[in-house]
Amino acid sequence: MGVDNPLGDNVITTSLDLLVNWSRKSSIWPMTFGLACCAIEMMATGASHNDLDRFGIIFRASPRQSDCIIIAGTVTKKMLPVIMTVYEQMPEPKWVIAMGACACSGGIFDTYSVVQGIDEALPVDVYIPGCPPRPEALLFGLLKLQDKIMKERNSFGNAIGLGERYIPEAA
Amino acid sequence: MAENNRAVLKLKEKFAASIIDVVEFRGEVTVTVAKSAIIEVLSFLKHSLTYNLLTDLTAVDYLGKKEERFMMVYQLYSIPNKDRLRIKTPVAETDCIIPTATTVWKTANWLEREVFDLFGINFTGHPDLRRILMTDDWIGHPLRKDYPLQGPDREPYKGRLS
Repeated sequence: MGVDNPLGDNVITTSLDLLVNWSRKSSIWPMTFGLACCAIEMMATGASHNDLDRFGIIFRASPRQSDCIIIAGTVTKKMLPVIMTVYEQMPEPKWVIAMGACACSGGIFDTYSVVQGIDEALPVDVYIPGCPPRPEALLFGLLKLQDKIMKERNSFGNAIGLGERYIPEAA
Repeated sequence: MAENNRAVLKLKEKFAASIIDVVEFRGEVTVTVAKSAIIEVLSFLKHSLTYNLLTDLTAVDYLGKKEERFMMVYQLYSIPNKDRLRIKTPVAETDCIIPTATTVWKTANWLEREVFDLFGINFTGHPDLRRILMTDDWIGHPLRKDYPLQGPDREPYKGRLS
């Protein structure tokens, strides 16, 4: 008994968070920012064999159209202002992936000219170790980012000026 | 042998007082000359002995190993004669200044900017002496041997603790 399919076949009910997060995680558009050899693996991940497009991940050449920046490679102190500018040009919400040992910690370049990890300047969401990480590792990192996006609460409410965005701590 | 090298013979003939040393090692001829005569020597090599290409210009820091700290190195190539020659000249730290080679080869412009940036050697008469690799507000000259490898604002690496 009870209510017998009152909304028809073409309607689903869900929470706003779930719907917004689902659409965001299913269309992560990363900014292409290749800095070193990691960029080659990033390109391989985007190419047909690994095919990022099946996750809705489409590389954009403009920060204005991106919501994720993959820091793929060694960040020199001279390059840092450029990365900061690109990051600031990206519209909210935005996420940062540190790809490879250099972006995570400076890697083997423990020298005066290299930033010892991009987290000195940007709020990193996912760290991907490896030198360089294989495409599978980058894919796993992007899937981890999708999981993280799904756990966000009130991100839509925050976007229209209602309350704070809540991002749970990493598990 | 270096003594029979045509360019070396001509240089010895013309700049006998300025030549400090002539060395040949594995077919590479190196002539060390005094700083005061460097531009005349380079100009003579280009215009009279057809060393028309400056392939590289760099410096070496001999901190604590030589009396005069820096050594400028000019790598020359003669396209018509298919011949290479290396010219060196010592530069003291107290008088860290040398005339520019841009008057002889235009390509010396950026190469000298690199030496200025990384070694702190000044070039008199250079048309645009700015830093080329490091940022404009950088302090210090990173390729000097007394520059800390990990930068002046960091505790130096002391080896593995475990």
